[in-house]
Amino acid sequence: MLEIKNLHVKLEEEDKDILKGVDLKIKAGAVHAIMGPNGSGKSTLSYVLSGKEGYEVTEGSMQLEGADLLEMEPEERAAVGLFLAFQYPVEIPGVGNMTFLRTAVNAQRKVRGEAELSAAEFLKVVRERAKALRIDADMLKRPVNVGFSGGEKKRNEILQMAMLEPKMCILDETDSGLDVDAMKLVSEGVNALRSEGRSFLVITHYQRLLDHIIPDVVHIMADGRIVKTGGPELAREVEQNGYGDLLQHEVA
Amino acid sequence: MSAHAVPADAPPLLQQLSLSGSGASWIKAARQSARARLMAQGLPSKRDEYWKFTDPAPFLAKPAPGTFDLQTEGQYQPGQGITLPITGGVFDNPTTDVPEGIEFLPLSQVQGMDIHWSTELFGVLENRGQAVVPRPLASLNTAFATEGAVLRVTKDVSAPIVLLYQQTEGGPEPILHHLIRVEPGAKVTLVEVGCAGARSNIVMEVDVADGGSFDHVRVQESDALHVTHSFARLGQEASYKSFTLSAKGQMTRNEHVVEFTGDHAVAHVAGAVLAGGAFHHDDTVFITHDAAHCESRQVFKKVLKDTATGVFQGKILVKPDAQKTDGYQISQSLLLDDQAQFLAKPELEIYADDVACSHGSTTGALDPEALFYLCSRGVPKPLATNMLVLSFLAEAVAEVAQEDMRQSLMDHLERLLSSDVR
Repeated sequence: MLEIKNLHVKLEEEDKDILKGVDLKIKAGAVHAIMGPNGSGKSTLSYVLSGKEGYEVTEGSMQLEGADLLEMEPEERAAVGLFLAFQYPVEIPGVGNMTFLRTAVNAQRKVRGEAELSAAEFLKVVRERAKALRIDADMLKRPVNVGFSGGEKKRNEILQMAMLEPKMCILDETDSGLDVDAMKLVSEGVNALRSEGRSFLVITHYQRLLDHIIPDVVHIMADGRIVKTGGPELAREVEQNGYGDLLQHEVA
Repeated sequence: MSAHAVPADAPPLLQQLSLSGSGASWIKAARQSARARLMAQGLPSKRDEYWKFTDPAPFLAKPAPGTFDLQTEGQYQPGQGITLPITGGVFDNPTTDVPEGIEFLPLSQVQGMDIHWSTELFGVLENRGQAVVPRPLASLNTAFATEGAVLRVTKDVSAPIVLLYQQTEGGPEPILHHLIRVEPGAKVTLVEVGCAGARSNIVMEVDVADGGSFDHVRVQESDALHVTHSFARLGQEASYKSFTLSAKGQMTRNEHVVEFTGDHAVAHVAGAVLAGGAFHHDDTVFITHDAAHCESRQVFKKVLKDTATGVFQGKILVKPDAQKTDGYQISQSLLLDDQAQFLAKPELEIYADDVACSHGSTTGALDPEALFYLCSRGVPKPLATNMLVLSFLAEAVAEVAQEDMRQSLMDHLERLLSSDVR
């Protein structure tokens, strides 16, 4: 599904490498987790994958099902099936949540040569999927993320994911700012979307999210590289011993 | 000097205008007095403080500069209401049936009447509006206008009155002067759409009596030169709400001069501007609080691209007895290109001690975070840009009182934006 080779990234305005040769291969249907201390480059990886401005790829490649992501604009990446659930979803006053979602869904359908959904068709689907995430009609009507609580914003991200049905979902610290109940709700939303044709990259600082979204593979990232890869047990190791032990162990 | 002669040393624009010799004595006197005012003021120039952001030369040049597109396809349709078409500066059908509660006559007829209510309004509010700042182009209008809508509203009229401007190839440059009197407790909505001419000068004097209500929606979307002045006087508990959508154009100056003379009245003046090319758009507002417990609100939002210029000059003057005044003013611009510019001069002048007045002005680019968020969901960048532009302008459209009209204006803006995808 996703193949990242020797990815080097720096900030456009600064001569400092943030990613220093990331290699990552995710198969269709697999759930990978990336854990790592603050500043290790986890969020940068998610932004670079989705095409945010301000970063410069100096070396390496990233492909989604063989298509070169580096050649694509953010909206093109979305259309081929890439989705980023933001750590800090942006508030957009004046743009209705529903209008936004329908525009996005139809823009993607158009690119893929599918018929656009009518307002009625869209409404039916969105209501059903919103209900599962306990997103009420009022939240759908309000401007995008405006006045939403932290948990509501994250649920709204998952709703967008459910509506856009991407192939490759990146969750950037989706657990940050969530209480236990909200985390459970969000995780259920994600788990419901797991399927053979859909892969996930779950970026998180803590292991607790991975109790709910059980990963197939866990990577530890530090200083712009993936330094260790293992199974779910690796996440528990981090939880017990912290990153310090693990990283020292690696270096030694 | 004869009453109708223009002095030999007057600017070329005035040489070509002559005072109408027809009409009853009251209107002749009003015209002469307006012309005297104009001669004393002189024509505006960019050396004048009030014109420092907008060079009035294109309004004064003979002939009008630039080319002019007669295209009216796709222009805003208000959907409902009683339409009064004005073609080439003249009413098509001066005897149009208007709903009960409205009296309508064209100025061209009223001017010949010896007795009419409008004799107490024509040029009167315009003259009052000259007290602090000279507005020579309004004096010029009063002196030379021979046509306009004269409307008296005596009831709550639900159907909007639509002034539909249409112009003819190589037609005149209309000078129109509208007079509106809203009687106590009466209510009306006036809509102005279309383009009166390649260059037009429109004055509206609006007298809203106690408890009366006047709602105004105007759409300017032709490739033309517009000068407008709206002079409003508000009685006790009166309401005046005016909204203008400007899209396309060469140069536009919309002035609002509002005076509160009775307590507990409300005035909202708003504008949404979508300007590209070299369009220069100027909103100049002067609100005088001379009564207590009145609320004034100015909301102007301008989207500027290419080399467009947006200007906002807004003043709130609170006189000593205007206690408990609530004055609010915001002007914001969204610059979509490096060459676009926004010039703002907000002013508060307050002589009462128990008031709440605030003003704010911002200039900025599209929020890159918001743009990326929309694009990351698959929304193409041009469409995402339009969504953000629309949401920016929505705050000004929200000032329109009628919900159906708010919706139709938003729909119209969406069409304008999607037909001009960057």
